[in-house]
Amino acid sequence: MSINLEQVGRIARLAHIEISPTEAAQTNQLLNGILGLIEQLQSVDTTGIAPMAHAQDVAQRLREDGVTEKDQRESFQAVAPETEAGLYLVPRVIE
Amino acid sequence: MILNPIQASLKELAQALGTKAISSVELTTLFLDRSERLNPTLNAFITLDRDKTLAMARAADVRLATGETGPLLGIPLAYKDIFCMEGWLTTCASKMLANFVSPYDAHVVEQFKKAGMVTLGKCNMDEFAMGSSTENSFYGPAKNPWDVRRVPGGSSGGSAVAIAARLAPAATGTDTGGSIRQPAALCGLTGIKPTYGVVSRYGMIAFASSLDQGGPMAKSAEDCALLLGAMAGFDPRDSTSLQRPAEDYRRSLEKPLDGLRIGLPKEFFCAGMSDDVRSAVDAALGEYRKLGARTIEVSLPNSGLSVPAYYVIAPAEASSNLSRFDGVRYGYRAPDYSDLADMYCKTRAQGFGAEVKRRILIGTYVLSHGYYDAYYLQAQKVRRLIANDFAEAFKHCDIIASPTTPNVAFEIGSKSSDPVQMYLSDIYTTSANLAGLPGLSIPCGFGAGNMPVGLQLIGNYFDEARMLNLAHRYQQATDWHLRMPEEL
Repeated sequence: MSINLEQVGRIARLAHIEISPTEAAQTNQLLNGILGLIEQLQSVDTTGIAPMAHAQDVAQRLREDGVTEKDQRESFQAVAPETEAGLYLVPRVIE
Repeated sequence: MILNPIQASLKELAQALGTKAISSVELTTLFLDRSERLNPTLNAFITLDRDKTLAMARAADVRLATGETGPLLGIPLAYKDIFCMEGWLTTCASKMLANFVSPYDAHVVEQFKKAGMVTLGKCNMDEFAMGSSTENSFYGPAKNPWDVRRVPGGSSGGSAVAIAARLAPAATGTDTGGSIRQPAALCGLTGIKPTYGVVSRYGMIAFASSLDQGGPMAKSAEDCALLLGAMAGFDPRDSTSLQRPAEDYRRSLEKPLDGLRIGLPKEFFCAGMSDDVRSAVDAALGEYRKLGARTIEVSLPNSGLSVPAYYVIAPAEASSNLSRFDGVRYGYRAPDYSDLADMYCKTRAQGFGAEVKRRILIGTYVLSHGYYDAYYLQAQKVRRLIANDFAEAFKHCDIIASPTTPNVAFEIGSKSSDPVQMYLSDIYTTSANLAGLPGLSIPCGFGAGNMPVGLQLIGNYFDEARMLNLAHRYQQATDWHLRMPEEL
């Protein structure tokens, strides 16, 4: 299976990555090369095989429902592009 | 005692520090001087910080002066730049994190700090650990010290270069599809990827969470065994960290190998392996037979599917993990944008490199509506088949051996235009990650261009001590692991 330019644009939008028309054409070609590699999987008979999501079959641990984290807002926000009054700033989304 | 620190084992360094034959500051300065002198040529480190490093060495000397001893106390260690370290730039070799000073330590960093290890610097790597050559670094490619025109492998390439050029006695790495074992092989080092869940991933920047595992890289199996002991252990902050009793991975290093069954997967010993790699690996297997082990043929019928399955599962998980880089909470933000969506799109377009973007796009595609079952679910089913193959093989053998890579290190730039050719250099390593099994690489000779060749050992779950035993016995009988490149 291969994808076309239009699909590359759709995937890039889903992934929130801006892509120029020149980049899209080159990316399209390289992605089709990779899809050619993974295409081999289609010919394998996997009837009755359970998907393996994880290397170890262990259940998620539960813990007491209590506070375990200390407040590190200041140090975490020190590395943010833009903050104000303890909040992360982004462009206005509601006029 | 006559000690050549750049060739010494960690045990010898600890002895020299313990008997005050050398101080941590002296030892650290020696490695720092070498690193500062050779890094412009090799590009092994993204960050070197003499002041911070020497402060840690002085603190270690204070601990040593009080009579405290420890197998790692005062010894310098380099870190792959994927491990978050408080107060240090932690870039993952990406423009996206080029300004990210971590506010906290990774679990592995905490463990080594407790043990008194001194941080020598943060090593170059493929951006977000995506690559097999360290060419995908925002900071430029790292160079193989055996031949600076060639790649050191990747993604933990800077770590491998630092040890091979004797800029550091040891380093940390991470391995999602071979990223510890492949650079270890291409630079003539020993490196081990433990069983999935043995080393906490807390503070290790995530690539593909069901495959990522941290591990040590060093000159010898004995050094790796010591380091792995400090890295391993339960950590409640990683939901996949396993609760198991602590292990001394050195406990069976000296055990004789008589009667041990080494399985050779027939699918690995066929076309695709170059002649020089084959002859070095054959000689190593001959050495194992001399040491009392038996070699038998085993089969991993689905191993040919491991690279395709890996390149569905890893990008899928990466596309999800890397959605956190959006220019809001940390890292790069595009300077100009029209609205929030445009800020995300421009930030990610400018902040990620080409290979990272490709993998995010592939991952987004295989998880998208209408393709999920055909690609992602099918890859997870094939993953089960691959794991089942190993379970069957381990009924007939104790350990599996193969080359680590099909070829010696290639020249910089020779594969970078074709991602698929690059992916195929992971042909022997990805299956261990998919199955969650431990894998190790040791140097076993030299091939074309006098470049190192690696032997891979894959063990059953939690069989690290036995793998290190095999590696150590081989290193007692041979001296490949002590060879170092000519001084640059």
